[in-house]
Amino acid sequence: MLRVEGVTKSYPGADGPVPVLRGIDLALDAGETLALTGESGSGKSTLLHVIGGLDTPDAGRVVLDDVEIGALDDHRRARLRRERIGVIFQQFNLVPSLDAAANVAFQARLAGRCDPDWNAELARRLGLEAHLRKYPEQLSGGQQQRVAIGRALAARPRLVLADEPTGNLDEESGAAVLTLMLELVTETGAALLTVTHSRALAERMGRRVHLSRGVVSA
Amino acid sequence: MIAAGLQALLSHWWRHPFQLVTLMLGLATATALWSGVQAINAEARASYDRAAQTLAGPARDTLARRDGEPIAQETYIALRRAGWAVSPLLEGRLDLDGTSLRIIGVDPFTLPAEDLPEELGQSGVDLSFLTPPGQLVVDQDTADRLEGTDLPPRITGRNVPPNAAYVDIGTAQRLLGRNGELSRLVVTGPSDLTAPPLEEVAPDLVREAPETGGGEIARLTDSFHLNLTAFGLLSFAVGLFIVRGAIGLAFEQRRPVFRTLRALGIGRGVLLGLLSAELLVLALIAGTLGVALGWLIATMLLPDVAATLRGLYGADVEGTLSLRPVWWLAGIAIAVLGTAIAAAGSLVQVARLPLLAPAQPRAWARASAATMRWQAVGAVLLAVTGLLVGWVGSGLVSSFLLLGSLLVAAALMLPIFLHAVLAGLARVTRGPLAEWFWADTRQQLPGLSLALMALLLALAANIGVGTMVQSFRLTFTGWLDQRLAAELYVTTETDAEGRRLQEFLAPRVDAVLPIRSADGEIAGRPVEFYGFAHDVIYTDHWPLIDQSPDVWTRVSSGQAVLVNEQLARRADLWPGDEIALPDGENVPVAGVYSDYGNPNAQAMIGLDRFDALFPGIPRRQFALRLDEGRVEKLTRALVTEFGLPPGNISDQASVKQFSLAIFERTFAVTSALNVLTLGVAGFAILTSLMTLATMRQPQLAPVWALGLTRARLARLELLRAALLAALTFVAALPVGLMLAWILLQVVNVEAFGWKLPLHFFPRDWLVLAGLSLLAALLAGLAPARRLVRMPPSDLLKVFANER
Amino acid sequence: MRRRTLILGAGATLAAGPLRAQGFAGLGETSETFAQPSPDTRLVFPGDHAPHPAFRIEWWYVTANLAAADGTPYGVQWTLFRSALAPDGPTDGWGNPQAWMGHAAVTSETRHLAAERLARGGIGQAGVTVDPFRAAIDDWALEGPSLTDVTMRAAGTDFSYDLRLAAQGPFVLQGDEGYSVKSASGQASHYYSQPFYRAEGTLRLPDGDVEVTGQAWLDREWSSQPLDEGQNGWDWFSLHLDGGEKLMGFRLRGTGPDFTAATWIAADGTPTPYPDGAFGAEPLETARVAGRDVPVVWRVTLPDHGLDVTVRALNPECWMPLAFPYWEGPFMVEGSHSGGGYLEMTGYE
Repeated sequence: MLRVEGVTKSYPGADGPVPVLRGIDLALDAGETLALTGESGSGKSTLLHVIGGLDTPDAGRVVLDDVEIGALDDHRRARLRRERIGVIFQQFNLVPSLDAAANVAFQARLAGRCDPDWNAELARRLGLEAHLRKYPEQLSGGQQQRVAIGRALAARPRLVLADEPTGNLDEESGAAVLTLMLELVTETGAALLTVTHSRALAERMGRRVHLSRGVVSA
Repeated sequence: MIAAGLQALLSHWWRHPFQLVTLMLGLATATALWSGVQAINAEARASYDRAAQTLAGPARDTLARRDGEPIAQETYIALRRAGWAVSPLLEGRLDLDGTSLRIIGVDPFTLPAEDLPEELGQSGVDLSFLTPPGQLVVDQDTADRLEGTDLPPRITGRNVPPNAAYVDIGTAQRLLGRNGELSRLVVTGPSDLTAPPLEEVAPDLVREAPETGGGEIARLTDSFHLNLTAFGLLSFAVGLFIVRGAIGLAFEQRRPVFRTLRALGIGRGVLLGLLSAELLVLALIAGTLGVALGWLIATMLLPDVAATLRGLYGADVEGTLSLRPVWWLAGIAIAVLGTAIAAAGSLVQVARLPLLAPAQPRAWARASAATMRWQAVGAVLLAVTGLLVGWVGSGLVSSFLLLGSLLVAAALMLPIFLHAVLAGLARVTRGPLAEWFWADTRQQLPGLSLALMALLLALAANIGVGTMVQSFRLTFTGWLDQRLAAELYVTTETDAEGRRLQEFLAPRVDAVLPIRSADGEIAGRPVEFYGFAHDVIYTDHWPLIDQSPDVWTRVSSGQAVLVNEQLARRADLWPGDEIALPDGENVPVAGVYSDYGNPNAQAMIGLDRFDALFPGIPRRQFALRLDEGRVEKLTRALVTEFGLPPGNISDQASVKQFSLAIFERTFAVTSALNVLTLGVAGFAILTSLMTLATMRQPQLAPVWALGLTRARLARLELLRAALLAALTFVAALPVGLMLAWILLQVVNVEAFGWKLPLHFFPRDWLVLAGLSLLAALLAGLAPARRLVRMPPSDLLKVFANER
Repeated sequence: MRRRTLILGAGATLAAGPLRAQGFAGLGETSETFAQPSPDTRLVFPGDHAPHPAFRIEWWYVTANLAAADGTPYGVQWTLFRSALAPDGPTDGWGNPQAWMGHAAVTSETRHLAAERLARGGIGQAGVTVDPFRAAIDDWALEGPSLTDVTMRAAGTDFSYDLRLAAQGPFVLQGDEGYSVKSASGQASHYYSQPFYRAEGTLRLPDGDVEVTGQAWLDREWSSQPLDEGQNGWDWFSLHLDGGEKLMGFRLRGTGPDFTAATWIAADGTPTPYPDGAFGAEPLETARVAGRDVPVVWRVTLPDHGLDVTVRALNPECWMPLAFPYWEGPFMVEGSHSGGGYLEMTGYE
């Protein structure tokens, strides 16, 4: 379903381009879960952004359901993002001007496939029912993360990308949120790619790929 | 420690040069507009003072002939030889290709040194001043203007009033062609012990006390200057919104630095001191810049102001600006004061900053229900106070207080209004993007509200002043058509010539209507009396705003008087009221006529009654009624056959043109200030949007990540700016109309003595609405373009782990 | 001479006044174009009572030593200065280049009242005519059928006087036939006097009117030249001696030695001029007047006539606080001779 082929990416640095990804190959099937681990600066967030269509590779291809993301124009790529990909950021990055309920439903509505029942179920399962009228700034970190998960899954995307989804949570609530996330991803049949450097989190994924200095090492 | 702390604080500006530029520009423009207006006012006042002094003696009595005729030189000699300490004066105007030069002829032998221009007193009068061809002592401006004329040689004097020349009395008589004539005699001191009383020596002279209080001109023009001051203040207020915005932002962004500094052991007091010092330095630099800019503005506007004052009040004001140290200091002081006002809130926040709260910058000036509640309360209080002042108080100052408080109240209400409108719009629109758009726009309001308030003020002022000027113009032109009904207006040199003229004209025109005027008093106020002959040009055309039955019959027969609107309003005299004529008889007021453009009180009465009241008044002015087509021929006949100088004949069209020209000039300055104020407001919007744009990424990035293109987001940003400007315009419209109403119905009455009807000019509003949209779009364009071209990596930084 | 002094004096006075006329101050530069005094000129009366407009400076200068019926002494001054801004120009109208200045004063033992007038010629405000004689500025006038019989009037805001002057002797030519030398380097003026007026009339003072009688002295002088450069002040004396003789003497002070000159006038009017050094004037006492020390008691000598007298000012406060300030007042004479007279002093700073 997802194929990453020979992706390279570098960023401009003080002494010329700094290579971040040096030829990554990766594949992920529907329903599969994958942990992408690595040191800080190993390039895992960049890879996640490239896969999510938020950034473009210098070379190589990212193909999602036979569509090469890099070949799309801005408009089509945006559409792909809202319809097929759900992203869960480490900093949650909720839309600050919308309340919890609107945030959960936001992407699904943008994608034009809002399902109120599904939204309600998500809210219930994520334990957000009491907080739906609250704005992001009024929510705790755990609550915000759950809203972010809800938002990512509301549109039933083909691919869910998570960037250190529990990085800002304590161990206990982190584990609970993770369980919930895996459960929901599995139910929707989406593929899940999680970037993390938490061994505990990685252990719970179906597959693990280690990234070191921009190449897959194991 | 202080140096290190200061470095930490100041480094902010290096990293955010745009903020620094915004702050400086805002402060500089605010100061510039304010001090520019002050400079204009100061220059004009200085000119009045000098003009008042010129009449040879700021505080000396003068002798003049009862009938206003020139004094014979023999009378002067007789008075001197009788022991009277008097000095002769001959004043007049010299026509020079369209303009005129005021000639002040003095006798340096008998006039005390302190009454002469400094240059005559100090550097010396030489023979060339006293003997033909003589010399003209003029100011630099006038000297430049007279370059190339064949007038006697000029010498430059610093204390000479604008557009005037001091000359020896002999030179004055020669230049003005008035040999043996004097206008007045200055009483330079007590007479000799043996001097007989005035009646014995010169029975036709009367002694007149000097004009007091800086002269009549200063009093008359007060309202004009107050108008300018009010505008300067408005511009300053608009500018302060920018400054407040910039300072607020800089403080917000430096909160973590403040906390770190405090944590590292810099006391609250020291921190506040450092910040104050920093602001003071910035204010001094920007203030200096602003004063220089203001000087530039004043230099550009002054010629128009001078023209206005000359046309409207006959006041001579110098066309160039002299630099006054006091004015520099005042300008810089106002910059510092403005900074202090703008920074007060931020400094208080720093003082209250808790040491251990999270060092995350709060969303800038976050909207809170509480803030808006306070603004609403403040607005209501201000509006009520303003209305009370306007209702209880009287005079121009209270009118302007009313205006000011209503304007500020309206500005304070603006965010609440916008909030309500946006909430309403959010309710009626559907779709996730729309919801997000409205919600996000509302959340941006606090950051933009200062700039929007500035825009509201500028727009309201523009609508208000524009409506006032247009309404005035409409009324004024209509009034001119009524008032200037005669085809020709003629002035003769002497009474005898006047009699001959009447004979000459009798067979040639439909009617010769004498006009005579004299100074008198009604209800203790100086009033100009006009005597007029009964004619249809009065009964059919004269612009009466209030009248009793048979008004013209009663007035022309001398049984009643007409008063102008100024007098009616000032002395509260309306049809039915009685006034005492100078001979003591009481007559009723039969009607009130509008008399725009005249600062003085006036009354009209039938010619016979007038002649009985004021015997011996010159009979030299006539209005002529004749067929339109014969005007040109008659004018030629008057010049060639009768020998009247062309300058003594004015036809209706040229008088109208002249009056309208004066009118346009009067409001040229107002319009210029209006445009400048609007410019400042536009600048406020620009800087606010650009500042906000730098902080928009955290809000825009998630939406982008969730599947919107940057181009679409940019379009939405532009739409938002336009929408806010449009909404602000909608709010400004009623405020502006209220302003216009107050200007026409209250301020005009106080300032000039007339009330004007309010007219609406929707086309002007459309233009203005278009302009404000354009300004907002232009202001939003740069941030929008930047957003479109922003590399994704910049947006991705928002999501980066390492934050 | 008296008032050669005033060649400078009058110029300076006008210059310090409202005019500050450069034409006045530039005396030395333009004097070439003015007429110059000449030893060959013979004075003719009454023609020379009239103005000499071709000369730069001229005056009609009267002082009177008077007494009330009870013997209370008074002094009166009446002066008309003419100063030409140019040697020629229109006689009528404002363009006339003649400037006129009047000084008047009344002095008693306790009071000194003074006034000043400025005017220009050509408009009837000031001027001098000979037949009938009239020298006037504003309401001040010296007028009569002729200069030997005139009334003299002047007024200020706090005083006035009205005197009749009748000459009891001839006009007296000073110096060499009316050519009076003013310095070792030869500056000179035309100068004659009428020292024999009998005066009577009324003074109007703040205390009331006073009838007075006494003697008066007229000086007429004209020239075009300034003082010598080194000369910076003068002391000028006119004495009416009880025997009927008159003495005019002056001392010009400067950086160099003083220059003195004098004329002894016999009771019949015969003058004897004395060159530099014959006449002596030596200050004995000074008084503090208007912020400066001014000699008010003098020893005056003319050994040739056995004259050695003490001259004592009637009132030390005879300051003329005018545009160009100076001291002028009456004095009493005691010693080898007795009588009265007038003293003028300038240049005391």
